[in-house]
Amino acid sequence: MARMKFLCDADRCIECNACVTACKNEHEVPWGINRRRVVTINDGKPGERSVSMACMHCTDAPCAAVCPVNCFYTTADAVVLHSKDLCIGCGYCFYACPFGAPQYPKVGNFGSRGKMDKCTFCAGGPEADHSKEEYEKYGSNRLAEGKLPLCAEMCSTKSLLAGDGDIIAQIYKERVVRRGYGSGAWGWKTAYKESIAT
Amino acid sequence: MAGLFANARFIVAALALALIVGVAAPAGAQQRNSDNSVNPTASAVKEDQLLNALKSGPGGGDSISGRVSIPDQKSGNLIQPAGQAWRAFHEGALHWLAAIAILGMLAVLVVFYLMRGMVKLENGRSGRSIVRFNAFERGVHWMTAGCFIVLAITGLNISFGKSLLLPLFGADAFAAWSQWGKYAHNYLSFPFTLGVVLMLLMWVANNIPNGVDIAWIKRGGGIVGNDHPPAYKFNAGQKVIYWIVVLGGGCVATTGYFLMFPFYGTDIAGMQLAQVIHATVAVLFIAAMIAHIYIGSIGMDGFSRSRPAAA
Repeated sequence: MARMKFLCDADRCIECNACVTACKNEHEVPWGINRRRVVTINDGKPGERSVSMACMHCTDAPCAAVCPVNCFYTTADAVVLHSKDLCIGCGYCFYACPFGAPQYPKVGNFGSRGKMDKCTFCAGGPEADHSKEEYEKYGSNRLAEGKLPLCAEMCSTKSLLAGDGDIIAQIYKERVVRRGYGSGAWGWKTAYKESIAT
Repeated sequence: MAGLFANARFIVAALALALIVGVAAPAGAQQRNSDNSVNPTASAVKEDQLLNALKSGPGGGDSISGRVSIPDQKSGNLIQPAGQAWRAFHEGALHWLAAIAILGMLAVLVVFYLMRGMVKLENGRSGRSIVRFNAFERGVHWMTAGCFIVLAITGLNISFGKSLLLPLFGADAFAAWSQWGKYAHNYLSFPFTLGVVLMLLMWVANNIPNGVDIAWIKRGGGIVGNDHPPAYKFNAGQKVIYWIVVLGGGCVATTGYFLMFPFYGTDIAGMQLAQVIHATVAVLFIAAMIAHIYIGSIGMDGFSRSRPAAA
């Protein structure tokens, strides 16, 4: 089985936000929830870089470690998913997540934040693949169709890569060698305890 | 002559321009590689540098953040390593703290009870009883106490339920129980907080520490030995419990409301800190209340017959 990862090549990202839009459309994500967003660092200054960030599907995921009801599970492809039937909306995964991935449909309302929502690596949830329940709760399940996450698949500059960690790391390394520079695989050290030398 | 002067002005201006360009040029030259090709990453932000800057000091902030073009400005936080420290507390230190405080208190009380037994009334009952607390005070006490017990159980469930109860209940039943527990925890916090505020107002005048308390403590307070030192309305031990309730209760209420209303007046670092304080104070509070319940029940004679007996 593959070890699925995301990699955002910040030297290619042009902050078009198409990944954000594609994700929202593909999964019919409700208003106010963003499973993916593009963060621009040093905006307007020399050395500005944009990074598209969502759930990184960490090794030893912090969200799963702190969840009071153990609603997280890791698939055979190392994708970190959760059950909205078990989630109690406590917000602990959001405190622990290094990447701000968990989202809640309600912001206040006496702590009743509603069921947590996050990037599924386009792999749905615990319900049967392609079932109506799965689509309503988690969005589409492209992985079960043999497709990779839509955000990366339609990225216009192929900045955002999604797929087996070894393969996308190799693609990134080849790019760095060819062009002679690279600002690194953002979040990899935090999520996977490894980084790609540039 | 005038022409020469104009020429001189032109030359000075040209020299000044050349100087500015000359000073500025080396900065541009740094953006190039040794073979004079452009290096677009010479000044690019590097994740390693940013993460190191976070470690290096308070000026670094607690996250790598930037600008986002979506309405949710909080999502401008790209990476917040502080979550790992919070996780380490919640899954590590907190477990040890709770185990030592709560199980330790239970162990101490069991040993104490086996050694000392129930503290008896020296000369039995007089047959008369006096009203120490009026109906309103008793009502406030039991409202707060009832809420506290539910808050304590549901709070401990959030931290320890998955280890202790989840294997017994199964995932679905445990999630349903925890969901109701969360609602109870959130809503019962309001009468609990009201009770703590009322206790502060009702009894603060009788709970200011004074010299009598020092004498009471020096004589062992009746718990150690068989002495019966005098006290005003509340003895030193009761005053300690009072201040634990007022200060501890105020602390858990304040931090709890920060967690209940996310991002109102706090950011994620503030909520992590609030949760650490909330959990730490709460387990110590629970340990103290176990001792309070002990003394109020099997530790001291008179609990079961606190009302005047008919016979």
